[in-house]
Amino acid sequence: MRFMMIVKANKDSEAGVLPTEEQLAEMGKYNEELVKAGVLLSGEGLQASSKGARVKYSGVKRNIIDGPFTETKELIAGFWLIQVRSKEEALEWARRVPFQEGEVEVRQVFELEDFGASDAVEHHARLREQITKPSTKPR
Amino acid sequence: MTASDTHRAIEAVWRIESARLIAGLARIVRDVGVAEDLAQDALVAALEQWPASGVPRNPGAWLMATAKHRAIDLLRRRTRLERKQEELGRNLEAQQEMVAADLDTALDDNVGDDLLRLMFISCHPVLSSEARVALTLRLLGGLTTEEIARAFLVPEPTVAQRIVRAKRTLAEARVPFEVPGEAELAARLSSVLEVIYLVFNEGYSATAGDDWTRPALCEDALRLGRILAELMPKEPEIHGLVALMEIQASRLRARIGPSGEPILLFDQNRALWDQLLIRRGLAALARAEVLGGAPGPYALQAAIAACHARARTPAETDWARIVALYDGLAQLAPSPVVELNRAMALAMAFGPAAGLELVDVLTSEPSLKGYHRLPSVRGDLLTKLGRFDEARAEFERAASLTRNGRERNLLLERAAACARGSVRLAP
Repeated sequence: MRFMMIVKANKDSEAGVLPTEEQLAEMGKYNEELVKAGVLLSGEGLQASSKGARVKYSGVKRNIIDGPFTETKELIAGFWLIQVRSKEEALEWARRVPFQEGEVEVRQVFELEDFGASDAVEHHARLREQITKPSTKPR
Repeated sequence: MTASDTHRAIEAVWRIESARLIAGLARIVRDVGVAEDLAQDALVAALEQWPASGVPRNPGAWLMATAKHRAIDLLRRRTRLERKQEELGRNLEAQQEMVAADLDTALDDNVGDDLLRLMFISCHPVLSSEARVALTLRLLGGLTTEEIARAFLVPEPTVAQRIVRAKRTLAEARVPFEVPGEAELAARLSSVLEVIYLVFNEGYSATAGDDWTRPALCEDALRLGRILAELMPKEPEIHGLVALMEIQASRLRARIGPSGEPILLFDQNRALWDQLLIRRGLAALARAEVLGGAPGPYALQAAIAACHARARTPAETDWARIVALYDGLAQLAPSPVVELNRAMALAMAFGPAAGLELVDVLTSEPSLKGYHRLPSVRGDLLTKLGRFDEARAEFERAASLTRNGRERNLLLERAAACARGSVRLAP
């Protein structure tokens, strides 16, 4: 099963302050642990919300609101996607994140089979394939 | 946290830490069985103490320290016994100091080397293949005997016995706890890879039972493969195996229909293939290729799987390349099963008649007698050639040979379709 460990934003991440050497080293070590344990599938850090935008939906209307957004603690600053045997194992990995403050939210990823078969699910999967398909041509 | 929460948390810590713990201890006590017992003792101590005291801040270190104390006690008892028996008590204190110092460095450094040694010893050729699988899942995967038994649909006492016997065999044969030397390495590594792939395959297409797949077992195998790839990053075949497993696992959810029936490669909805795993697989394959040298059997199979993964539709599959890769595989690791797959690829590249020619040769192969895929493939090719009566007989034969209930139903359906003459031709 897969879990996403979601890193919540803070003042520094929103201000675009880069981590210190020490923080980077600790994070590198943690990531290495995840890789060595064979559990890390992917992970990314996100830029400040000032570089992003929101799209609001209301019927057919679309409203675009540029960042930054103020409710810092509700924003996300990055994530890890891990494959583990249980929620407890995911929580144990989250406990080991070398943060001094802040919050990481652990959420289980839906597997497609959780939905059961339907046209909408297939359509969704096809869409996702188009988004993520590597551009490598067959040799 | 309630007591049961704590117990589950301890199980999670165990899964993460047990292999390193056992590996570090095995280096000191030179006996995998004793090492596991010591680690288990530490686990029992945790189960007793943590519900009251809470999970320590660094649970791995706690387990290590606890097990280390027990290992030192054990070694002291052993040396005391030796002294009594052999009367060589002279440098005992000094020896004990050295042992304790050794233990510290052994547990703190070289965790990677110890894990590697544990992998090699668990997959040692002195053990039967079943014992290797059970021991590997137990010592390196952190699975309980019960979990292994459930995964392989065998009674728990059978697995427990397999593990006990395996540990005894290793001790009696005095198998050293070490990474094999240059001369032995290739053969020993291939045994490790074989065990991991066996586990994967049992999850990917279960040989028995009513479930077509058991994804958790695939995930366990992948995890072991990824760990090994980090421990020996310069071995291209490890990356080849990881690539093969990642790409095959990408199809797991497309291989099962709504009511649990198997769906074959060409009938799968490719939109359901997991693109993240495909990307990881292609990256692992690239790592294998960058390391150079002639590709080994796993890298070749991964390259074949990659051809399928890159094709958006079955019609886009690069069959000529797949035939070429199978030719390479047939030379490197000749086996009737590889020939059978090569026959399928030939049929796709150059028409069913070309494939059938090779399959017909294989029908006299004694090792394929009783292998359900031979009549199944033959039935498929005969169907494509419009020879429905012969095809039906082959599908029925295949159905009588498979041990998987889901697959049997699929084969019987195909036989029935042949009888009706209403055959949907595979692309």
